[in-house]
Amino acid sequence: MSLVQVTDLTVEFGALRAVDGLSFRLERGAALALVGESGSGKSTVASALLGLHHGTGARVGGSIDVAGIDVQAASDGELRRLRGAKAAMVFQDPLSSLDPYYAIGDQIAEVHRVHTRGSRRAARARAVEVLDRVGIPDAPRRSRSRPHEFSGGMRQRALIAMALACEPDLLIADEPTTALDVTVQAQILDLLHTLREETGMGLLLVTHDVGVAAESVDQVLVMRHGREVEQGPVAAVLGAPAQPYTRELLSAVPRVDAARAPSAASDEVVLEATGLRREFGRGKRAFAAVDDVSLTVRRGETLGIVGESGSGKTTLGRMLVGLLEPTAGEVRYEGHARVGVRPTVQMVFQDPVSSLNPRRSVGESIADPLRARGEHDEGRIRGRVIELLERVGLEGAHYDRYPHEFSGGQRQRVGIARALAADPRVIVCDEPVSALDVTTQAQVVALLGELQRELGLALVFVAHDLAVVRQVSDRVAVMRHGRVVETGPADEVYDNPQDPYTRQLLAAVPALDPEAAARRRAVRRELASA
Amino acid sequence: MNGFGGFLLRRSIGTLATLLAISVIVYVVFYVTPGNVAQITCGPRCSPEQVHQVAQQLHLDDPLYVRYWHFLQGLVAGQDYSTGTSVEHCSAPCLGLSYQTDQQVLSIILTRLPVSLSLVFGAMVLWLLLGVGTGVLSVWRRGRLTERVLTGLTLAGWATPVFVIGLVLMIVVCGELQLLPFPQYVKLTDDPEQWAWNLLLPWLSLALIESAAFARMTRSSMLETLAEDHIRTFRAYGVSERSIVGRHALRGAFAPVIALNANNFGSAVGGAVLTESLFGLPGLGQELVHAVSVVDLPVVVGMVLVIGFFVVLANAVADVLYAVADRRVVLT
Repeated sequence: MSLVQVTDLTVEFGALRAVDGLSFRLERGAALALVGESGSGKSTVASALLGLHHGTGARVGGSIDVAGIDVQAASDGELRRLRGAKAAMVFQDPLSSLDPYYAIGDQIAEVHRVHTRGSRRAARARAVEVLDRVGIPDAPRRSRSRPHEFSGGMRQRALIAMALACEPDLLIADEPTTALDVTVQAQILDLLHTLREETGMGLLLVTHDVGVAAESVDQVLVMRHGREVEQGPVAAVLGAPAQPYTRELLSAVPRVDAARAPSAASDEVVLEATGLRREFGRGKRAFAAVDDVSLTVRRGETLGIVGESGSGKTTLGRMLVGLLEPTAGEVRYEGHARVGVRPTVQMVFQDPVSSLNPRRSVGESIADPLRARGEHDEGRIRGRVIELLERVGLEGAHYDRYPHEFSGGQRQRVGIARALAADPRVIVCDEPVSALDVTTQAQVVALLGELQRELGLALVFVAHDLAVVRQVSDRVAVMRHGRVVETGPADEVYDNPQDPYTRQLLAAVPALDPEAAARRRAVRRELASA
Repeated sequence: MNGFGGFLLRRSIGTLATLLAISVIVYVVFYVTPGNVAQITCGPRCSPEQVHQVAQQLHLDDPLYVRYWHFLQGLVAGQDYSTGTSVEHCSAPCLGLSYQTDQQVLSIILTRLPVSLSLVFGAMVLWLLLGVGTGVLSVWRRGRLTERVLTGLTLAGWATPVFVIGLVLMIVVCGELQLLPFPQYVKLTDDPEQWAWNLLLPWLSLALIESAAFARMTRSSMLETLAEDHIRTFRAYGVSERSIVGRHALRGAFAPVIALNANNFGSAVGGAVLTESLFGLPGLGQELVHAVSVVDLPVVVGMVLVIGFFVVLANAVADVLYAVADRRVVLT
C-alpha cells in the first residue's frame, strides 16, 4: 500500500476552487515534488494531507489516504495522532513558524510529548538528539535558545528537527528553502536528502522553484490553477516536458550556465563610486554594512550586484541613488560629485506591494516624480503618465486604479514606470523580481532589457539570485560582508570564478538537471569538508 | 554600563528628572492660576490685615523661582517653618507644610499612602484574575454564545461608572443581604482579617470596572496570536487546542496585559477618587481633590510627586517583566 494516495482531490474556499481533481500517490521512501506558481493550489494540497482544512469552512472532496489513515473520515483525535507522528510538516518561513516565547528545545519536546506521553526529561533529551541530528552545533546548549537567537538556516533546521522528533513516515516540506540564501538552501536540501536516505521516510516537497525540485525528488507533479499539468519521473518531465505549460515554465527559469547576448554598452561612465563605506550603529555596536566599495557604471550597460542577505548590496544600491549618505567615499555622476537624490538616478524597489501607496491611484504615484520636478500642467502630467503606463506594457486606462487591483508583476511594472517618469540615465533595481513567479519574472526582466536598449539606460541590478543576475548583466560584482570579493565581465565571473566564495555560491545554485544536481551535491560535500 | 545595573541606574536618573519636571510644571500652573491664595487659605472672614500676614508667612509674595528654590532646599536639606506662634523643623526630605493645616505634607502622604496602596493592590489582583480569565474563556469558547455574553458583559462593565457598581454592591451585600458590614477602613497592621473584609467591596467595584479593559485586551491579543504562523505549526503537529490556547496564545497576550496593568496601577494609586469617596477610604485621591480645591500648593505638589513616582515605578517594573516574558526585549 502506498504511503500517500490522493484520488480526485478538490478543495473549495467559497466560490474559489483551489484544487480541482488532483490524483497522485507516493510510495514509502520515495520523494515527490508539487511544482507550480503562486496560486496553483500546491500548498492547499499539502495542508489537505494533514486534514488542516477541517473546521476552516473549506470544502474538501475526493479521498486522501496518508499512512493508512483515511484523512477525510478521521476524527479530530485521529487527525491529531496523524499529525507530527506519522506525517510531519516543515513550513516556509522558519521565523514565524516557531513560537517566539519558548525555547526551541521545549517546543520540540512539547510535540514529542503529545505523541509519546513520555516524561519531560525524555522528551527534552529527544529534542537535543534531533537538533544534533540536523546539524545544530552544541545542541544541548542551543536547545535552550529562543527562535530569534537562531539564524534563518538554523531555524529551518530546528523545524526539520521538530518534524523528525516522532520519526514520521512522511515529511511534507512546504517551500522549505524559499526564505533562505542560496548556500543555506543547498545545505537544507542536502540535509533533507541525507535524512531520507537514512530514515527511509517519504518526502512531499512543495515548491515554486523547479531547480529545488530537480535537486531533491524522483517524481514531479506540475500544477496550474489547481489542476495537474503533468506528472512523472523528474528527469523525464524536466528533460522532455510533454505539456506546453511545463515547457513555458522551464524556459522562464533563468539559467546560471547560459551566456547572455551583450548589450550596447558604451565607454562613457555615468556613475562612479569610489571607496564607499557605510556604517550603522554607534560605538562598540557600529559595523560597516558596506566597506570600501568602488565601481563604475557605463551608459547602456547593466552592472549586476549579487550577494546573500546581509552582504550590503541594498545599502550600496541606496547610496548609489542618494537615499543614504555614505560614511566615507563618494558617488560621482557624469564626473561631478553628487549630493542627495537626483532625478537622473532612479530606483525600482523590491516589494511592489509596499513600495506603492495603497491609498493613491497608480497614476498619481507615477506622476510624483513629474510633480517633484515642477511640472504643474495637469493635462501634460496625465498625458505623460499614460504614455509611461503604455510603455511598460500596461494600459492608459489603469491611471485611476489602485495598487491592490494589480498582480505582482503589474505592480512592478508600475514601479518601473515611476522610475522612468523622471527621464533617468541610471536606474538602480533592488531585487526587482525576487517577489515574482518565474514566468512573470522573465517578462519583467525582458521589459527592463527592452527599455535599456531603447533609452540607453544604465542599469544597476541588485539581486540574490545568481541565475537572474547572469541573465541580465554585462558585468557583475559579487558582494560578501560589505565588500566586493570579485568583479568582472559576467561570463568570466560565472564560467571561471576566481574567488572561493563565488565558487561556493555557484556550486549552491540548484541545477535543473537531476544528474547535474547529484554532481553538484558531490562538489558541495567536497567544499564543505575542505 | 550594561545589563540590569545599567538599566536601574538609567531608570533612576530618568525618574528623578521626570519628577523634577513634574514639580516645576505644578508650581508654574499654580502660579498662573487666578485667585487669591492667601485669602482662600486664611478663610472668608479674615481681615485684609490677616490675609497680608498669611501671604507673608507662606512667602506667597516671593517670585516663583524663589519659592521653587525653597522647595528644593527643603527636599534636600530640610527647612524650618514659622507657623506664627512657633517654629517647626521639617527634616529632609521635606515637602513643605500644608497651607491649611500646617501639617507636614510628607506625614499626610504617609498616612494616606497605605490606604491607597491597599485598595489598588487588592483590586489589581482581582482585575487581573477576572480580566485575563474572562478573556481566556471568551477565546476558548469563541464563536459561541458564551463569547457573545462575555463580550456584552465586558462592554457593560466598561461603560458603568464605578460609583454605580459600588453603590449597588453596597446596597445588596451590606444592606439587603447583610453579608458584610458597611466598609470602614481598618489598618492592615491592626487586624489583617478585618482589613481584607472591609476592603472586599472596594476591591470588587474597582476591579469589575478595570477588568473589562483587561478582558478585551487579553481576548484581542490572543486572537491575534492564534492567527499567526507558529500556531499553524503546532496544529500541524497534533498539539491539542487546550495547549494551543492556554500555552501559546495566552503567552502572546502577556506583553500587552503587562503594559496595560502598569498604566492602570499607576493611575489608580492617585486616581481612584470615586472609589475612595464612595467607601470612605482616606486615600491619596480624596486628599488630592481637596487640596486642589483649596489651592494647598505644598500638598498638591507632594501628592503629584508621589503619584508620579508610582506611575514611573509601575512602568519600570513593567519593562522588567516585559524582558522576562519576551527574551527578544533588551532593557536599555
